[in-house]
Amino acid sequence: MLSRREDFRDILEERRTSSDLSHALKSFTRVSSRASPPCSVSTLNKTVLESQHLHYIMQEVSKDTGEPLEAIREEAAGILEEMSQNLQLGYIRFLGFILSKVFKRLFRKINVNEEGLQRLQQAMQESPVVLMPNHRSYVDFLVLSYLLFTYDLSIPVIAAGIPLMGMQLIGEILRRSGAFFIRRSIGTDKLYWAVLSEYVKTILRKDFAPVEFYVEGLRSRTLKSLPPKLGMMHMVLEPFFKGEVYDISLVPISISYDRVVEESLLAYEILGVPKPKETTMGLLKARKVMDEDYGNMHVCFGHPLSVRDLAKGKVNRKQYNLIPRDLPMKPSESIHAFANTTAHLVLRLQQDNMVLSPWSLMATILMQNLGGINLKLLTKQTVWLKWLVLDFGALVDWPVQVADSEVMSSGLSLHHSVVRCEGDQVLLAEQKPQRGAAPEEAVFRRAVAVLMCASYRNQALHVLASPAMLSVALSLAAASSRADIYNLYAFLREMFYNEFIFIPDRTGQDFEEACSLLQKCGTVQIINQNIMVTDKGLSVTSFLTAAVEPFIDAYQVIFRYICSRSVQEFTEKQFISGIRTFTLNLILTGEVKSYDVLSSETQKNALASLVRLNALTKKKREEQTYFSPNKAAIGRTADILAGKIAPQARTYSRL
Amino acid sequence: MMGRGTAVGSRSGMASDRSGYGRQRAARQRLEVISGHLGRQEASGACEGRQADDVHRNAVPRRRQDVLKWNGWGFRDSKFLFNKKGLAELTGKRYQLSGTLMPGLKDWFEGTFGANLQHRSPAVPALNPSVVPPPNLHAAFVEALKEATIPCTHEPEDRVFHSHGHCLHEIFALREGKIGRVPDLVVWPGCHADVVRIVELACQHNVCLIPYGGGTSVSSALQCPLEESRCIISVDTSQMNRILWIDEKNLTAHVEAGIIGQDLERLLREHGYCTGHEPDSMEFSSLGGWVATRASGMKKNVYGNIENLVVHIKMVTPCGVMEKSCQGPRISAGPDIHHFILGSEGTLGVVTEVTLKIRPFPEYRKYGSVVFPSFEQGVSCLREVAKQRCAPASIRLMDNAQFHFGHALRPQTSMFMSFLDGLKKFYITKFKGFDPQRLCVATLLFEGDQNHVLNQEQQVYDIAAQFGGLAAGEDNGQRGYLLTFIIAYLRDLGMEYYVIGESFETSVPWDRVLDLCRNVKERIERECKDRGVQFPPLSTCRVTQIYDAGACVYFYFAFNYRGLSDPMRLYEQVEHSAREEILASGGSLSHHHGVGKLRKQWMQETISKVGLGMLRSVKEHLDPQNIFGNRNLL
Repeated sequence: MLSRREDFRDILEERRTSSDLSHALKSFTRVSSRASPPCSVSTLNKTVLESQHLHYIMQEVSKDTGEPLEAIREEAAGILEEMSQNLQLGYIRFLGFILSKVFKRLFRKINVNEEGLQRLQQAMQESPVVLMPNHRSYVDFLVLSYLLFTYDLSIPVIAAGIPLMGMQLIGEILRRSGAFFIRRSIGTDKLYWAVLSEYVKTILRKDFAPVEFYVEGLRSRTLKSLPPKLGMMHMVLEPFFKGEVYDISLVPISISYDRVVEESLLAYEILGVPKPKETTMGLLKARKVMDEDYGNMHVCFGHPLSVRDLAKGKVNRKQYNLIPRDLPMKPSESIHAFANTTAHLVLRLQQDNMVLSPWSLMATILMQNLGGINLKLLTKQTVWLKWLVLDFGALVDWPVQVADSEVMSSGLSLHHSVVRCEGDQVLLAEQKPQRGAAPEEAVFRRAVAVLMCASYRNQALHVLASPAMLSVALSLAAASSRADIYNLYAFLREMFYNEFIFIPDRTGQDFEEACSLLQKCGTVQIINQNIMVTDKGLSVTSFLTAAVEPFIDAYQVIFRYICSRSVQEFTEKQFISGIRTFTLNLILTGEVKSYDVLSSETQKNALASLVRLNALTKKKREEQTYFSPNKAAIGRTADILAGKIAPQARTYSRL
Repeated sequence: MMGRGTAVGSRSGMASDRSGYGRQRAARQRLEVISGHLGRQEASGACEGRQADDVHRNAVPRRRQDVLKWNGWGFRDSKFLFNKKGLAELTGKRYQLSGTLMPGLKDWFEGTFGANLQHRSPAVPALNPSVVPPPNLHAAFVEALKEATIPCTHEPEDRVFHSHGHCLHEIFALREGKIGRVPDLVVWPGCHADVVRIVELACQHNVCLIPYGGGTSVSSALQCPLEESRCIISVDTSQMNRILWIDEKNLTAHVEAGIIGQDLERLLREHGYCTGHEPDSMEFSSLGGWVATRASGMKKNVYGNIENLVVHIKMVTPCGVMEKSCQGPRISAGPDIHHFILGSEGTLGVVTEVTLKIRPFPEYRKYGSVVFPSFEQGVSCLREVAKQRCAPASIRLMDNAQFHFGHALRPQTSMFMSFLDGLKKFYITKFKGFDPQRLCVATLLFEGDQNHVLNQEQQVYDIAAQFGGLAAGEDNGQRGYLLTFIIAYLRDLGMEYYVIGESFETSVPWDRVLDLCRNVKERIERECKDRGVQFPPLSTCRVTQIYDAGACVYFYFAFNYRGLSDPMRLYEQVEHSAREEILASGGSLSHHHGVGKLRKQWMQETISKVGLGMLRSVKEHLDPQNIFGNRNLL
């Protein structure tokens, strides 16, 4: 978290008053940690292809497949050609010019913390830098390059999904702006992995340019952090472990939007309607999105993390001493744990520096009042929530010297696609189903509206998650003893590990923090190892519990489904279609109120949690992954979550 | 006792007089050898070596402090100073550089360290005997020594002299007049039999023995353990310094282990031979010390390291004398017992006599140097030379900072010479496009018969050219070797002006050389910065030896400590971090300095718990009373 509120500066302000062309043509000098001059793209690629590591892998692949080494080498060269970026300053300038125009049209402000940029500049002089932004919108993709160009910092090379490359012209422009393209499902393609990892590592070793990648792997459709993907993480850490660079700086970057450009697509995607394929035509058709107002965007550059400092005492670099460093080898357990913890830490730091809009606070309140809410009440509760999240340490973009009512109405009008006002009532903007449509259709339309609103709630959820887990634990616990509550808290944290992104092995610490947050705002009292909710704290705990209730409900529905008699062994695909039908019926009968259970993200997270808790076993057969449930264990889990039984006691680490 | 650095400089730079080897003298020498041989026969009686402290024969006398500095490196008559005009010079007449003025050093010194000649940090002028703790003598032991007529003393000056090696912290403390635990007695055995007697008596009276050879240890190996409550006796082997015989048929020489390097080479030279073993410390370090630390010599590419030179070792242990039964060039009879001795660092006994390989003195010698555009290219070149196995006697690669350091030591030259230098500089930096802040220099020393040398030279320069190297002349090569040789004197100069420094070394596989060099240098710089060192330190390295599978890398680290409250502690923390970085980057604990007490903490991870157990069991078998109680290594 930033040590104090840092000032944000709107970079569009200058763009609105001076020439975009002269901005695009300004002089630009690169900062780097290396004294030696940077190498060319072709030298870089040549180094990759001639690397010892790739050579080992090519020999292995040739032996496995029986194909001649020469053919494998050509295949590798082909992969590299498809993948590699071709960063050219000229294209950055060109793109800079275009983006100036586009950003001014889309956004009121693009706010950047300049101190963060100064820190970044410092870090770039000291060691190779990895930029790690969150990913909520396609707009993320080039905004960092644009900012770094504006501030005279090295332009990054960016890991992008291969579909982007398929876009005519745009793909090539992106490539020349520093994008390199990675296939979506690499699976066990050894050669591909080797080319990719050697490519990334060579860029870092040579400090060719900062590497930018999304540790979440994908754009988050729920606007909530996704559990990290570790493949790239391992690649960027390894040059440090193997001593090939002195250090590597990881820079968490938080990009927050008042309104996400592709918001209308999000709900469809998480409901399982496939997203439109990225095509250039599609982009041109999307021009009408340009006519909308997307409010402010905040880009916050966090403190650079030194991998060397993080690894101190956790990773023994000597483990590489007895084996050639180029030899392909699986990461050891300590390396894997470190990569995992570091990825989670980066996500947490991204979350800490997110700037919450008043609207996402409103959405949080709205989600607890899906039937509609009086505007005055909404205002009152939103303002109350603002103070609560500020107490919890969040950054809120609440304009000063503007009446609360104005802030509210501005938020509501910006999000006319999500909410509408009917007199004093604020309601979700829901498309009316066509007459004669099936009742399922109505549920579906309702779900779209709710999940769209939920996405904006999700933007603020990370601030509430840990105290909310504590509130739920307090409500479930039979007694007020600290140990019992800790047990429940730890259980919930495990349960919602992928939903809310907790850092591994920090249960005790997180628990303490949650306790002290609630204690600080007078919600709980801690006396003699007992944690009790105060009278006036009840409103806070019930609010927090309600904030995560849709997830608890969703998980309960999923448990119920898996435990139902008809379910035995299933694939993820079977599960997702099965749970959808199951839930639709429950919603139609009014038995279930949560729409989050319809979100494929929540469904997948629940599966992952059950696997973590050993209540589901994963088996691979004929290229397919099957899950087989331990229904007794799932039943127990459901009972704990319902407060019927207590979880198994665990060691209370931090007390 | 320990070899400082891989090797030193040119023979011409050596402090000795080597002119005029007449026949007469050779004959006299031979007689001496024979009489030495005879002296050995009457072992129980008086040793010949003990009787006369022959100043003509030995560069170092029994009372070392008469000739050597008590609180610094080397000879008393030789030291660096800045004269009134601010020009640096080396006093005395011993060295090639003695008396020459070095105008560039002051600017380099002040610029590199942010030091100022106005700010001085002088040493205490003389040893104050009253600060030396009174000796804890074992009366019966001393009595028995006297009975055996083995000379010994408990004079404070001698005891202090034998209490340290040449680690920075040891010299720093002496300069401040701080004296810690020192030996209680110094004894000078004259021959193997004397040592046998001393060890017997020590076992009988349960006192602690610390063998002392040349006193050049840089691993705290000579420091007296604080926890030692018994009487500590420093066993100074300097009087055991005779060549007992030379076997011209097998090309071996049998030598007493106390002989110091320069004497050994000088005496062999009189017979037309050499060992070719030239550690940087060879002016002072002893044969026994080389064996005890697994020393390495500058010219190991031709002659081998100490383990390759040794044919037979005799060592006196508390269990008795350990030696082999014959001098076969290679023996398969279980693990080589020599390897328990090589590197035992005085923990098992005293090495008394060694049979060494000798070589005919080389007919031809040539220096050379190559400039590379970058250190990376230089390392690639050295790697290729190793691959083609065409290494000259010595090949070393200095990084850019050391190149500048070497440049600062250039003597004052005539107008014409500086004009020539200017031209060369222009050619390299402007015409060839070398960046003065990145280029580096390799120095070469070829030795052997002339044809061979010239062919080898051609091959090496051809390889260098492949990696962008330009031949840079013999002078530069020779000066490069001088730098290593006088570095310890220069450290004393720095200490006069708040600058402290140290060197340390490692060995590392080829593919990790560059990574290790960069990481360690950077670690030093960052640790200094983090610990509040105002001016960036000198953090520099060179590759000093090459092998088939890797190289030896040598680091210099120095900084200005003016204004820092506890420079020694800070220094030790940085050195500790640097060693951690070396180990994490795939480097070894030491290539040739040894472990001593300074690097003991890393022994287990270096040789594994099992390996350490093996060494311990040897120690327990040989020395259950811990008579050789210097507590090095284990």
